[in-house]
This record gives sequence, C-alpha cells and structure tokens, in this order.
Amino acid sequence: MSARTGGPEIDQLIQLLARLPGLGPRSARRATLHLIKKKDSLMSPLAAALARAVDAVKTCEICGNVDTVSPCGICADPRRKEQGLLIVVEDVADLWAMERAGIGMALYHVLGGTLSPLDGIGPEDLSIDALVKRVETGEVKEVVLAVNATVEGQTTAHYITDRLAPFGVNVTRLAHGVPVGGELDYLDEGTLSQALKARTRFGDQNT
Amino acid sequence: MQWSSEGLIIGTRRHGENAMILEVMTPDRGRHLGLVRGGRSRRYAAVLQPGNSVLITWRARLDEHLGTYQVEAKTLRAAALMESRRRLYLSQLLCEHLRLLPERDPHERLYLEALAMLDNEADPLTLGRALARFELRLLDDLGFGLDLTSCAATGVTHDLRFVSPRSARAVSAEAGKPYADRLLPLPAFLTGAGDAEPGDLAEAFRLTGHFLAVHIWQARDISPPATRDHLISRLVEPV
Repeated sequence: MSARTGGPEIDQLIQLLARLPGLGPRSARRATLHLIKKKDSLMSPLAAALARAVDAVKTCEICGNVDTVSPCGICADPRRKEQGLLIVVEDVADLWAMERAGIGMALYHVLGGTLSPLDGIGPEDLSIDALVKRVETGEVKEVVLAVNATVEGQTTAHYITDRLAPFGVNVTRLAHGVPVGGELDYLDEGTLSQALKARTRFGDQNT
Repeated sequence: MQWSSEGLIIGTRRHGENAMILEVMTPDRGRHLGLVRGGRSRRYAAVLQPGNSVLITWRARLDEHLGTYQVEAKTLRAAALMESRRRLYLSQLLCEHLRLLPERDPHERLYLEALAMLDNEADPLTLGRALARFELRLLDDLGFGLDLTSCAATGVTHDLRFVSPRSARAVSAEAGKPYADRLLPLPAFLTGAGDAEPGDLAEAFRLTGHFLAVHIWQARDISPPATRDHLISRLVEPV
C-alpha cells in the first residue's frame, strides 16, 4: 500500500505534474509543495491561466501553429505573405525556435512529425497534402525544408521535394555543418565532411 | 551476460526522456535490441542514426532481458546517405526489410549484402540487381524462398522464363507459354543465366514484391514500405 502524501486532490496534482516533460514523481512533489506554499501568489494565477489557455488555445487551420486565434498571428500577417517564403518544420517547438532565431518575415508549415516506418507514420499522417495545397495556390516563391538532420527528417525532406516538383517552386534546405561553439575534434566525420563540401568563400562580406 | 559485436543500426525508438531503444543488425546474433542510456543526448545524436555501423557491447542479467548497449561509432555513413535521395531510400528500405527478420536469429549473408549495398555507390542497374537478389534471399531466410532451379511442370533446368505465383516455382518458356498471362515473368539474371537489362529490374521487383506482399506484408497486416516504390522508380528509370 502506497503512502499518502496528502488528500486525494493533492495526490492527483502530483500525479498530473509528474506527467510533464522533465518532471518525475519526486520533482512533482516539490513543485506541488511549492505551489501550496504560494497558494495566492502562484497557485491561483496558474490555475486561472491554465483554465484560460484550455479555452483559448487553437491550432491554426493553415499552418498548424498553436495560437489563440485561427488563422494564427503569423499566417494573418500580410507582410509575411508578401515575402512568399514558407519554412517547413516538424513541430511547433521548431517553429518557435526559428522565430527566436529572428530569421525574418516568413510563413511556416508544421508537418506534425516525420515519416517513420518504425512508428507507423506515413505521408497520410502528416500535413503534407495541406502543404502541397498551399504551394499550389502560387503564393509561395520558396519552400525551406527546416527538418531535423536525421535520417527520418531527410527522408521526409526528399519526399516533400518529390511532391512539390510539379509546381516548379524553389525548394531549399537548411545547411548542415559546424555549429557555433563546435570543436572540430569532437564532431562526427559525416558532419565534418558535409561542412567541407558546403564550404563558402571567406571574407566576401563587406564587414 | 555480456558480448561485443559490430552491427548496423536499423532502427531507433525513444524511451523516456533520455534513453533510446536501439535496433541493430549484427552478423552473428541477427537483429538485436538494447537500451542505450543517455541515447537521446547530443553526444549520441550523430551516432545513433539508421545506416551507421557501430561497435556494441550488450549487457543484461538474463539472456531474455532487453539489456543495455554501450555504443561506439564504427562507420558513420548516415550523413553521406542523407546527401543522396537514392541512397537514403535504399538505406530506409534495407532497414525495413531487416526489421522483418525474427529477433536474435543470425542472417549473416543478408547483413553483409546490406552493408555492401550501403557502402558501394553502384550504378542503378548494379544496385537494382543486388537489391532484387537481397529480396529473394530475404524471402528464403523468412521461409518463403522461391525454387528457381527447375521447371515445376517439366523438370527441365534451362530456359526458365516464368514463376508460378502460387507455388513460387520456376516454369520453363515452353510449359508456361499457354499460361503466360497468369504467371510472373522471371528475369534471366535471377537464375544466373544472363546479365540484367534495364527492363529486367521492373520484372524482378514485381516478382519479389508479389511474394513479399502475399507472405509477409499481408500476412502480418503491415503496409509495404513506401520507400520501396520510390527507390524502384529511380532504379528502373534513373533521373
């Protein structure tokens, strides 16, 4: 018989918090205790914020991003539409990462994963058809495939390239190479080889 | 229990937040799974990719346990595979084919043939020929081998032009002529009676595809690998 920490409400809170990424039962108990100690200043506002988010959060009908409106703020921005640049990402977290990088005025398309035969994920399970429809409209000038540099990510990229081939749109992908802070000695030979193949002329920039 | 071997990574699956379940094809222990602690860390990101060859040490208290792997890179070819669509599709297809094999059952010839195909940047015809033979051997190792040694009707060992879709046995040109529309064409290179012509590849993959579909994919209720069609179209009609 397991020892009870508190009432059933507290036990349930611990169990739910323990299901969050990065938290286990021990850290969930610590978080619960912290919330209980700061009931008015943290627990109540957090509960209210969660309740509001549950009601308001929507998945964008165009790109698959999460926002409180659909179409999302990015898809509704007319300046981004004018650029005609569409960045394809695997997940919403990748979209947020690209936005944090400040790459500029681009639209996005969230695939919802990658082709993975091992997990039974085929083209019909991803939003590839929706991507093809967006490109079909002719408003997109360039599609950037910003998928992970994994075998599954690159297989998905090649598949999308095949699907977009009839539309004549410019399809590009992110460069693979040496990351900032990366020491050559510690890089795998595949990455080094790709970085060497994709080398660029040094000192061309007028800076 | 402990052993060490080299192996080809044919699948990875996330386990929890930090670990990875690694599926490796080894020469002497066949398809073998194991847990890699910290397998989702950056340190392992470039190593634990399907298509890479690794040196593994497997440890477990009992033989029937999943066990843990200690992994060291041997040949990191995933980055090079990603550069070529044809090689990437080939790598994915070979991994899918090898995952059809039963666990912990050695199939050294298949392992060696898969490595040879991944490492040699062969022309489409040579690669197609090797892949068709690999699929024949896969069917054989799974217990559904084709008998291409003699004619099922007359017993002759020459001029074998067809395969019966039911019995999986070869049929000679003369005996098969009246039933040609119901038999599968048998390209000569599969019996060692000639070199492969570009048109032969499509027939060879139609033949292996039929028996893989009937005995494996349909029987196990799994979809045929999408990469197979993509790859075959590139081998039959190289771009």
